[in-house]
Amino acid sequence: MSIEARNIRKHFGDFTALAGVDLKVESGRLTALLGPSGSGKTTLLRIIAGLEFPDVTDDPNSGRVFFHGKDVSDLPTGRRSVGFVFQHYALFKHMTVFDNVAFGMTVRRRSERPARADIAERVRELLSLMQLDGLERRLPDQLSGGQRQRVALARALAVQPKVLLLDEPFGALDAQVRKDLRRWLRGLHEKLHVTTVFVTHDQEEALELADEVVVMNNARIEQVGDPQEVYDVPASPFVIEFLGNVNRLESGTGKLHVAGKDTLYVRPHDVDIRRDYDGENALPARVLHVFSAGNYGRVTLRRLDTGETFEAEVPRDRLSELKLADGEEVLVVFRHVRLFPKGKFYETDIG
Amino acid sequence: MMRIKKRSVIPGFGLSVGFALTYLSVIILLPLAATFIKTADLSWTQFWSAVTSDRVLASYKVTFGASLAAALFNMPCGLMLAWVLVRYDFVGRRVVDALVDLPFALPTAVAGISLTSLYSTNGLFGKLLEPIGIKVAYTPIGIWVALTFIGLPFVVRTVQPVLQELEPEIEEASATLGASRLQTIRRVVLPGLMPSVLTGFTLAFARAIGEYGSVVFISGNMPMRTEITPLLIITKLEQYEYAEATALAVVMLVISFALLLFIQIVQGRLQRRLGT
Repeated sequence: MSIEARNIRKHFGDFTALAGVDLKVESGRLTALLGPSGSGKTTLLRIIAGLEFPDVTDDPNSGRVFFHGKDVSDLPTGRRSVGFVFQHYALFKHMTVFDNVAFGMTVRRRSERPARADIAERVRELLSLMQLDGLERRLPDQLSGGQRQRVALARALAVQPKVLLLDEPFGALDAQVRKDLRRWLRGLHEKLHVTTVFVTHDQEEALELADEVVVMNNARIEQVGDPQEVYDVPASPFVIEFLGNVNRLESGTGKLHVAGKDTLYVRPHDVDIRRDYDGENALPARVLHVFSAGNYGRVTLRRLDTGETFEAEVPRDRLSELKLADGEEVLVVFRHVRLFPKGKFYETDIG
Repeated sequence: MMRIKKRSVIPGFGLSVGFALTYLSVIILLPLAATFIKTADLSWTQFWSAVTSDRVLASYKVTFGASLAAALFNMPCGLMLAWVLVRYDFVGRRVVDALVDLPFALPTAVAGISLTSLYSTNGLFGKLLEPIGIKVAYTPIGIWVALTFIGLPFVVRTVQPVLQELEPEIEEASATLGASRLQTIRRVVLPGLMPSVLTGFTLAFARAIGEYGSVVFISGNMPMRTEITPLLIITKLEQYEYAEATALAVVMLVISFALLLFIQIVQGRLQRRLGT
């Protein structure tokens, strides 16, 4: 089921959580809302779920949420067919795993409630899908963090939601469990194909897991695109800084063919270090520090024209070819550079 | 010092436990033991007739009955009050919050006298209640009113912190799963609060059993009808029947202790089921 949010505004007192946000999520997709804390991503998710309500405006087309073209803005959360998974699981502590998962089915009106045996079968089905077989009788406190999150997911899926919403689903877990669960969630999504939106502040998680990434900052959406697109063609200085490592430099001298004092972004792996170069775009720099681990070496350099320090990522074999020494002067060529003069963006390929 | 610290993660075990047990003995056990020793002045038959006379039996009924009724009544009302204080922000919330503690601080006699003047037939409430045939002052209902008054803070103050800790996400999760507000409260919120509500009930009940000051004014102290056991004990003391007085105290002690122990066990079960 597709999701559409139209011109969503939300204030908490003086704080603007969402300043007029439009979002479209296609049916069956796995979408990440990515942004730093306070960017409004969780608020947007909660408004879609019906746990929070957008500010009321005069415009009838504004502040509305649609599921599959149908306006659900006035439906209470329980009638929206959403499954919501909370960052801290929010499991019912006094209920067993079984009762937690069955809860959504047992609270239905008697006429709609499945028979007891059907509920039990559905719960067992879900638990085995979540690889939680044999834990039916445990209490939440007797489970690990990863297991609890899977119980929360099973509980949300038990009501057969049309839309699955996850708020920082891996936020409270440690790194290894997080990685496993991430891969496992991707697999689950491929099996179930429920339209899923998840909130995260971890760019690696968003890029690795999602079909589509919605980058948010400061109560607005900065960019929407597939992971490769937002990484390779960032729409704003914020996006390029938020996704991956980047050097931020002044364009400085005219050598980069750009007039004025603009801000220039270059990824460390787009920095090429040379001993000699006859083109125009080379910059003189001094090597400050060389460190190599794994396949790549990390070189810290200082520009001789502006005095700024920046980093380069050089393949190990190239590094051993160069035999760089600390304090040595070299030439640097930026293979791929992005410039954002006064908030606008264009891109040049040099070298 | 260093060697002890190395051996134990929490140093000072012997010292602190020793202190705690000594303190408990001096403050609680010693006076209680004295009660039992004094009671031993009586022979078994004397003891038995002292604690099972009709007037005494009637007083047990009044004391434990009114205490139970008051504590039971305070359970839902105290819970509701705690809920309002934690969940809603309104003008004067702090004042209401402070008012809850007043029964703790007020001399019980003051409470008793003011309740009596309110509920007596020419009092503010009594005047309104008399025409519909309800008499409060000088009846068991009056005792119940006084005991409700003094027991209320116990329930509110034990439930409040637990309610504060209750994550709102739990209720949100329940709502997204399609539960109605009533189902959420009955199946998700209340079970989590039950242990603390029960603790509050126990404290209010225990306090009510021992209450004397506020009750003697409003009850009218009619033998067989509105006479509470603590008052009977005072009466015996005034008649220099010390052994009989302590005999009554011993019976109250034993009954109270048995009840409290029972509630404690129930609570332990409940807590284990909650896995906390």
